Amino acid sequence: MSDNQASDAFRKPEISISAGSLEEVKQYIEAGADAVVVGDLTYAERLPGSMPVTLIAEAVKLAHERQTRVYAAVNKIFDHSLLPGLGDHLQSLQDAGVDAVIFGDPAVLMAVRERGLGLRLHWTAEMTTTNYMTANYWASKGASRTILARELNLEEIAGFRRGANHEIQIQVHGMTNIYHSKRKLVKHYLTHRGKKLAPQYEQDGKLLYLVEQERPDERYPIIENENGTLIMSSYDICTIECLDELMELGIDAFYIEGLLKSVEYNKTVMRVYREAIDAYAADPAAYEFRDEWLDAIHELQDPGRELTFGFLFKEQVY
Amino acid sequence: MTITMSREEMLGKRRKLALPELLAPAGNLEKLKFAIRYGADAVYIGGQRYGLRSNADNFSFDEMREGVAFARQHGAKVFVATNIYAHNEDLPGLHDYLSELDRIGIDAIIVADPAIIETAKRAAPNVELHLSTQQSTLNWQAVRFWKDEGVSRVVLAREASMREIEEIKEHVDIEIEVFIHGAMCSSYSGRCVLSNHFTDRDSNRGGCCQSCRWKYDLFVSEEDLMTESYSARLTADGEDPFTMSSKDMCMIEHIPALIRSGVDSFKIEGRMKSIHYVATVVNAYRQAIDAYMRDPFAYELKQEWLEEIGKAANRPVSTGFFFEEPDHDDHIYTPEDKPQAYDFAGLVMDYDAASGMAVIEQRNHFKPGQEVEFIGPDGTHFKQIVGDIYDTDGRPLDAARHPLQLIRMHVEQPVHKFDMMRKKLN
Repeated sequence: MSDNQASDAFRKPEISISAGSLEEVKQYIEAGADAVVVGDLTYAERLPGSMPVTLIAEAVKLAHERQTRVYAAVNKIFDHSLLPGLGDHLQSLQDAGVDAVIFGDPAVLMAVRERGLGLRLHWTAEMTTTNYMTANYWASKGASRTILARELNLEEIAGFRRGANHEIQIQVHGMTNIYHSKRKLVKHYLTHRGKKLAPQYEQDGKLLYLVEQERPDERYPIIENENGTLIMSSYDICTIECLDELMELGIDAFYIEGLLKSVEYNKTVMRVYREAIDAYAADPAAYEFRDEWLDAIHELQDPGRELTFGFLFKEQVY
Repeated sequence: MTITMSREEMLGKRRKLALPELLAPAGNLEKLKFAIRYGADAVYIGGQRYGLRSNADNFSFDEMREGVAFARQHGAKVFVATNIYAHNEDLPGLHDYLSELDRIGIDAIIVADPAIIETAKRAAPNVELHLSTQQSTLNWQAVRFWKDEGVSRVVLAREASMREIEEIKEHVDIEIEVFIHGAMCSSYSGRCVLSNHFTDRDSNRGGCCQSCRWKYDLFVSEEDLMTESYSARLTADGEDPFTMSSKDMCMIEHIPALIRSGVDSFKIEGRMKSIHYVATVVNAYRQAIDAYMRDPFAYELKQEWLEEIGKAANRPVSTGFFFEEPDHDDHIYTPEDKPQAYDFAGLVMDYDAASGMAVIEQRNHFKPGQEVEFIGPDGTHFKQIVGDIYDTDGRPLDAARHPLQLIRMHVEQPVHKFDMMRKKLN
């Protein structure tokens, strides 16, 4: 097999990132994104900003002109208050031309079936997407891609790739959601402490975080909104040093979590991963990790947040 | 908060009330027997694999067989929790495990992961599928999806309100099960990996280390992004720290509303709980459900049931999401003082009505002069002071010291085999 054939055989993984505005969509595509993840926060969770369908339609136009894709998250755990509008929302996303919808709640599948929509579907259940057989189950229900839990190690991801009969996506960079409650925990705590109302910290451009009393160096962002409370990881996943190992596995898509980061930071991260993917695709045998990639990320990295491999090289017990 | 409804409203709403199933946890064979004796219509247990309580005793296949035989004799059902989110390494062996459950005669498995659902359809065709609360099912479209997939019962997310439960029942003809008592995740069940992150223990495979009940400090940063500088600490020294710890669920005061909602199964949490806990809690709910079904219009909440629940309680209680969204009163911020003031002292094994003498199997230390209480599924409920006690050879004892030792003592009212004798702690 010649070198040329070898690089033909390698299918470049897609790299995507979450975005909260049209401007972010544009900048991330310029930085090298193959796809962006957006959504209307009425129906979506964990995005850097909310985009109504009209804006999503503009994002699609912008992305398609640049041969890139837009995925719309419709990934809430739905209660009855949102069911009546769900079908129309999905219809409007299809009309807007999104390239896929990201879902976790079976209510989305039911709405897609009822409307006879032709949307591509990416399935994610956050931390509970943990084996390939379950992924294949959702593929048999219409999903064309599964987004894996972040609490899997390299061996498990490799097994997932071998066993899954459709595309799989993993997160390669950024923070992760580690706790999701329907309760408003910050508000309840402040009420308990006799502080009348939880100040709108987020509106003031501030961020709340938790520190477990035995772990003073780890800071866990806590995000409360009308849907409840999210706790995020204290570190950022960073796999740039072992991206070749992930590419060797033949994973279809890589994802950068853009939540709670500056646009500058996200652009830098995107550019670095873009370069690494392109370098590997050009010649896997000659690929070498470059220190300058990690240096560029480190320069903008919050010093209070460690860069780690997440669960890639961990063994968990139970 | 109590739901009140006039006779007319009630008659207009439902013509016939259905008797719900009372479903109890059974951490081992003995607890299974107690749960059933004390009034459970069904019990759920864990096997050696695929359950979410890796620290519980859990049943071998032989113990399951014995449990199923006992349950059959008493007209009760046995469910097995296979509600992990499996990893690839858990898949080999799954088919054989589920086949064995089918052969043993298990009535249903409680299951969250579709990989296990699909395998069970092939491997265990006689075993019903009950969708676990770990799937966080909160709307009727999702319930309909699972019904179409062949699931016969859905255990709803603990976030479902009474109104949502009723709407689901109106839209989908399927059995609905809800948690009515016990400890609760404060997150959506399954949507929490704090334990994985803090201790490398996988919460969704039974390794949860209950990090939600740990103590935290809450900070607000100066800027919209994380920076090195902490600014304001919102927790203060000497004041209650931040925590995600939820009060336990308790719906004993709302049995009429629960029955009228049409919920098919009332579930009690606690495969790790003691015999005393399970028997006491099951007993109280059994009495409340039966009293309401006997005569809904004459039903009154008995103080006695509340007191009984209190004697087994581990934490302060709340009604979760049933009536309104939880607020600060539904969380535990102050140090947990254990309200459990009672312990299992002995089990009645025999009773002679003529002499008033009972044979008691020792379960915890007790001695003459101590106040004890007898309770049982046949209505036994009284207090007395322990008089003289003897071993089975008639030798007087100064205390019942040895586990499972048989003790003879006089009881002031009739008792039945398997009544419990409890003592106040301290």
